Amino acid sequence: MISFAQRLENQGYADLRAVEVSTLQLNLGWRCNQSCKHCHLQAGPDRPEQMALATIEEVIRVVADHKIPVADLTGGAPELNLHFEYLVDKLRQLGVHVRCRSNLTVLLEPDKEFLPAFLAERGVELICSLPYYQEEMVDRVRGKGAFRKCLDALNRLNRLGYGLDGSDLELHLMYNPGGAFFPPPQGPLEELFRRELSRRWGVSFHRLYTLLNMPIGRFGEFLHRSSNYASYMGKLAASFNPATVPGLMCRSLLSVAWDGRLYDCDFHQALNLPLAPGLPQTIEEFDHSILAARPIRLEEHCYGCTAGSGSSCGGRIVGQ
Amino acid sequence: MSHYYEDKDLERFQEVGKYRADLFDNFMNYYQGVMGAGGALTVREKALIALAVAHTVQCPYCIDAYTRVSLENGSNLEEMTEAVHVAAAIRGGAALIHGVQMQNVAAKITF
Repeated sequence: MISFAQRLENQGYADLRAVEVSTLQLNLGWRCNQSCKHCHLQAGPDRPEQMALATIEEVIRVVADHKIPVADLTGGAPELNLHFEYLVDKLRQLGVHVRCRSNLTVLLEPDKEFLPAFLAERGVELICSLPYYQEEMVDRVRGKGAFRKCLDALNRLNRLGYGLDGSDLELHLMYNPGGAFFPPPQGPLEELFRRELSRRWGVSFHRLYTLLNMPIGRFGEFLHRSSNYASYMGKLAASFNPATVPGLMCRSLLSVAWDGRLYDCDFHQALNLPLAPGLPQTIEEFDHSILAARPIRLEEHCYGCTAGSGSSCGGRIVGQ
Repeated sequence: MSHYYEDKDLERFQEVGKYRADLFDNFMNYYQGVMGAGGALTVREKALIALAVAHTVQCPYCIDAYTRVSLENGSNLEEMTEAVHVAAAIRGGAALIHGVQMQNVAAKITF
């Protein structure tokens, strides 16, 4: 298989660089109330990694000083960080658009039931993980009972206005395949989810995004264990689509890890592949002009973002 | 002899076009026209039909391919299993309806 860097060079991207830093993706910690089979970070209830208050203060300073328009909160379950509410409040006071990637079930944890109203009052955009519209598939990926909890959380969010037609409270769903296959085309799948979730469970949402499973972390282990790794990687490489390159999320997003270290994306973070040498390495060293034009670190799993219609934290990059 | 059908042979499909490439190209154009988007049926519906037919013709490559294509178009195992049952029902029905031929023949040659 030709290396990803070589493939890009062949397409005229010998030196792939960021074009801006319009989104700071903040990984608030690897602790999660779930242990999903596809998780690239291998997050779970026993993970100790948590962003400390001092790092959060530094993030707030950077966002304010450089007028970063979007903060994308992720984890683990970002809501489990002890300083989550403090961070959201500060970011909203700065006028930053706050996006939270929620697993939904965390909103039902005993001490977190206030969160839906908290998020709604602050106009936080929610991107909620839901691998399918049926119980069996969701529970297989996320654990027994997860689907019913997701529905409960979605119903609560809908009652607050999230995901309803004409509502400013944005509720989007994030689909990822339940195994070693590619996601369906986003448009038709969104139609299918909208019809089935509404018909079966009365659930509303705004958009559905599709995300390809990266061949790393728990999913990577599954690929090796099930002897699917070679064929999956081969298919990723064979599906390389040069049209996705201009829209790759690493060109406008910077990932901040729980310990304040900087990465091109959450996947590089999972593999401890820091920014290229010579670049600022931590949030304390943040330099907007340098980072906004930084060279991107290219690795083999990057094929996961350029396959077919492309894949990103905002769903497919091109096409249907 | 090892396995008669090898997983990797599916990737070698293009090699069939080594000879009489014109015929192979015609077939592939037709195939893509039939299975692609933009028709009266959705790609998801066509994949389920293909999965059922794959079981009828019992082609291991087609079963592999259209199991994957069905999942990659948002179908679930309940729908895919139902598609296989459709194939089984039509195959079973096709056998059973020939019972009429059996009765016709029997009526002709017996008292």
